[in-house]
Amino acid sequence: MAEKIDYKALKAGGFMSQKQKGYGSLRLAVVGGNLDANAIKTVAEVAEKYGHGYIHMTSRQGIEIPFIHVNDLEKVKEELKAGGVYTGVCGPRVRTITACQGSEICPSGCIDTYTLAQELNDRYFGRELPHKFKFGVTGCQNNCLKAEENDVGIKGGMTVEYKEEDCISCGVCVKACREQALTMKDGKVEIDTTKCNNCARCVKSCPTDAWVGTPGYIVSFGGTFGNKIYKAEQLLPIIRDKETLFRVTDAAIDYFEANAKPSERFRATLTRLGDDGLRTAVEAAYQDSTK
Amino acid sequence: MSEVLEFDEQVDITDKVCPLTFVTAKVAIEELDDGQVLAIRMNDGEPVQNVPRSFKEDGHKILKLNDNEDGTYTLFVRKVEE
Repeated sequence: MAEKIDYKALKAGGFMSQKQKGYGSLRLAVVGGNLDANAIKTVAEVAEKYGHGYIHMTSRQGIEIPFIHVNDLEKVKEELKAGGVYTGVCGPRVRTITACQGSEICPSGCIDTYTLAQELNDRYFGRELPHKFKFGVTGCQNNCLKAEENDVGIKGGMTVEYKEEDCISCGVCVKACREQALTMKDGKVEIDTTKCNNCARCVKSCPTDAWVGTPGYIVSFGGTFGNKIYKAEQLLPIIRDKETLFRVTDAAIDYFEANAKPSERFRATLTRLGDDGLRTAVEAAYQDSTK
Repeated sequence: MSEVLEFDEQVDITDKVCPLTFVTAKVAIEELDDGQVLAIRMNDGEPVQNVPRSFKEDGHKILKLNDNEDGTYTLFVRKVEE
């Protein structure tokens, strides 16, 4: 072929070049790990027609169709689009928002992760940044979606309140708590809030709803799980409302954009500059809600 | 020592491992009539952390969890028919 192929531009559109010359693995846009049946059918048809009849499931809930020839790329994208399937992204931008099934499906879930993943997707997906930027949303402390391995990880939790008048002193919550935050004294449950990790296992297990839980978001910053491994750090208390959550995620991503060197990952920026700048930025965003 | 509640049937799941702990208890409660009480003896750790909640999620009524002070607990559950 005579034209020079701009692989960088293709990568931005989710086309990752393969070892096999002229071929690439085409990444598809998946939000929160869900894909409807019609989309799956479309993907299957395209994989059979243009690829090698299989797909690869990525480590971050994505789907890629390997062995797409670069000359077929436009046709492939059109056929996918007609079936409601869009291509994903690679390179220095906001990547697929991952999510567990969350409170709509999972008995352990504290927050509606899928809706949140969609909202984060609408807000940030594909946004150009100095380096790749990953969001992960997990519904509870079981952490199936591994929140802390993301640049911004969001984990569902609950702040809990004890209603003594509804308690039958059964003792279930004391044993359900894995943080040893609860003790039974004279038929009443006492909570050591310094030990509570907002997991809501007391709320979920209480037979009489004597524990009332208010859902919230536990946010951590600067995780990475590739060449370098670093667990994202929680810099704020649990966030109670979505407005504040988005103000905080805006502040974090803006801080990264403003302070990172070109091609520098969020964690590398934080290591170079220290956490204080980010902490100040997200605390200001957090406190704005209390005004 | 904890009070012992009256019960209609009992099952011991201390020799079972997950997921048979809850499965065994679930089968036992299915044998009962609406309103009857099942006493389930279970080990400390994961069973006592999870089995009560699983009964709640199935819609039954938890009455009491007794510490047998021998590393086991007894859970009393009243059957609630759907």
